[in-house]
Parts: sequence; C-alpha cells; structure tokens
Amino acid sequence: MENQQISEALVAQFGADAVYGIGESHGILQVTTSVETIVPMIHFLYAHPTFKFQFLTDLAGIHFPDAKGQELGVIYHLHSLENNVRLWIKAYAPIEAPHFPTITDLYATANWMEREAFDFYGIIFDGHPNLTRILNMDEMDYHPMRKEYPLEDATRHDKIDELFGR
Amino acid sequence: MSDSSTVQVAEAPPGVEGAGFFATSLDNLVGLARANSLWPLPFATSCCGIEFMSTMASHYDIGRFGAERLSFSARQADVLMVMGTISKKMAPVVKQVYLQMAEPRWVLSVGACACSGGIFDTYSVLQGIDRIIPVDVYVPGCPPRPEQILDGFMQIQELAKKESTRRRNEPEYKALLASYGIE
Repeated sequence: MENQQISEALVAQFGADAVYGIGESHGILQVTTSVETIVPMIHFLYAHPTFKFQFLTDLAGIHFPDAKGQELGVIYHLHSLENNVRLWIKAYAPIEAPHFPTITDLYATANWMEREAFDFYGIIFDGHPNLTRILNMDEMDYHPMRKEYPLEDATRHDKIDELFGR
Repeated sequence: MSDSSTVQVAEAPPGVEGAGFFATSLDNLVGLARANSLWPLPFATSCCGIEFMSTMASHYDIGRFGAERLSFSARQADVLMVMGTISKKMAPVVKQVYLQMAEPRWVLSVGACACSGGIFDTYSVLQGIDRIIPVDVYVPGCPPRPEQILDGFMQIQELAKKESTRRRNEPEYKALLASYGIE
C-alpha cells in the first residue's frame, strides 16, 4: 500500500477540490481537506477494505494567526495498524467561527482530544457529548495556546522587572 | 531506663526548679509538647516531594524531630508541607486541605515552585502558595536538599515553641485568615 495509492483513492472519492495540499513528511502522507469533508473522509478510510485506518493516534489543534480565514486548524493522525501506515489529515476554519464536526461517534478516544483542542485553542466540535475544559481550570476565560497573548501573565505583580533585571 | 548519655531529651523551658517541682508558664509547656510532636501532612506534587521522601526515610529521618508520624489525613495534621509546583487547577485542593486542618496549624512551603511559582512563569501555575493560604516558613531551592527541608521544619518547631497559646484567637490572626478569605 503506497501513499500515492491512498491519495489517489481520496481524490477519486472526494474530488480534487476537497483534497489538496497533498505532501509527504517522514514518509507519512499528509492531506488537507475542508471542514465539511473531514468526517466522511475519516469514515471512508475506516471502512475501506484495504486501507483500514482504524486507529486515531492523535488529534491536535493548531493556530496560524497570519493565515486569514483559516487561522485555526485540526490535525488528525490516523494509523492503519494492519498495514502499519500512518496518515495526517488537516483541516482549517476561520477564527471567528472555529466549528468542526466531532469524530467521537467513530472514535471514542477523540472525546478527550477534542476537549483538549477546545481547552487550548477554543475550537468548537459540534456534536461533542461534553465539550468542557479538560486540563485548565474551569474558571479560565481564554484559550491559552492561541498565539495572541504575551508569554508572561500580565496580572503578575510579584516578579517585577526591577527585581529581575529585565 | 534509657541511658541519658545516649538519649537526648527535649531541653526544659526556662522556669523555676526546686525539690520535687518545676514551675514554668503554660505557653512554654504547651509549646514544648507541640514542637516535638508535629504531625506533617506531605502535599507532594513533584521533585521536591522526592527530596521529602529522602528527608522522611532512614538516612535523614524526620522522625528525629518528633515528626515520624506523617498524617495523610488533614484532620490530624499540624504542619502542611507543600512540596512542588501547584497549578492553578490544584490551588483549590491545597486550600481545601488547609481548611480541613485543625488549629493550631502551620504551613511549610518547600521549594521555589511552592514559594513563588519557580521557573513556571506561566498561565497555568500558581505563583506561590501564599496567594491562597498563609505560609509560616519558606524553604528555597530547586529542589532543596533534605538538610534544608529539615532546617525549615526546625524553624516551624521554633515557631511552635514560642507561640502564645492565645495567638490563634487574636484579632491579628483572624485578620490574616480573613485576608485569604478564610473565616
């Protein structure tokens, strides 16, 4: 099973408009798709008789503040255990409405991963059974991994510059 | 009978001694008893906790200071030893443990993280436990060696020895607790 075989099958199934940015990194195929196609694509790969991508290794959020209209992204890391082949699928949404469909219906493990992406990036997974913060305290009113905050907590008043020579 | 040349007993507080009697103030007597039977509650979250385990074990032996009985229940503990990074999510837990302790209670903050947030100058870490509970003794270090933890513990013993039995009822102490939102 070659990477090219997978990308060709994806383009044949979903069309070149929905499958783009095809590349390879460390021998792993990566494709970019639209938010609408992401769930059908993962289901297609799951049910495919040869590919059998039936393991979700990881699901992570990402923020590109300079990419207008597609600032927030989600990266799905799939693994076909039977073929020992991995695949990355990326999708992007604008920061004003970062809505993604949930994949928890297929992968129960995505539950906590999606909560983490919501916690740190504010990505909203529509249909998620319990989209609440998972690692940060519940009272936090921002999404700390977004690249829009200074690195230091601005509310600090104990470590002032003159004490630390900054 | 123990041989008094090998067993060190606690030093008697200043007082009046005579044939068959010894007179001293109640504060001194209570302080002596408290200081030599402090039960620590170890709240260990990271590497300082490992140093504490060494402090507790036979080589450094915190039992020499009357603290061999670690209290893993807050209800019976006298000293809360916070060792390690306290994240903001963990902060309410530390506070609740402190609230569950009975008076008199002391707090020993061990290590840079517990004292000031240490290297974790970040959104998720509490910048020192004195933001949520009053701290009696700070032990600096990253992590501090067992000797330092023992020294901090001995400072707590000194506080316990010298503390007036009425201190916990005084308005200053109530005001201190009130400043942390503790009634």
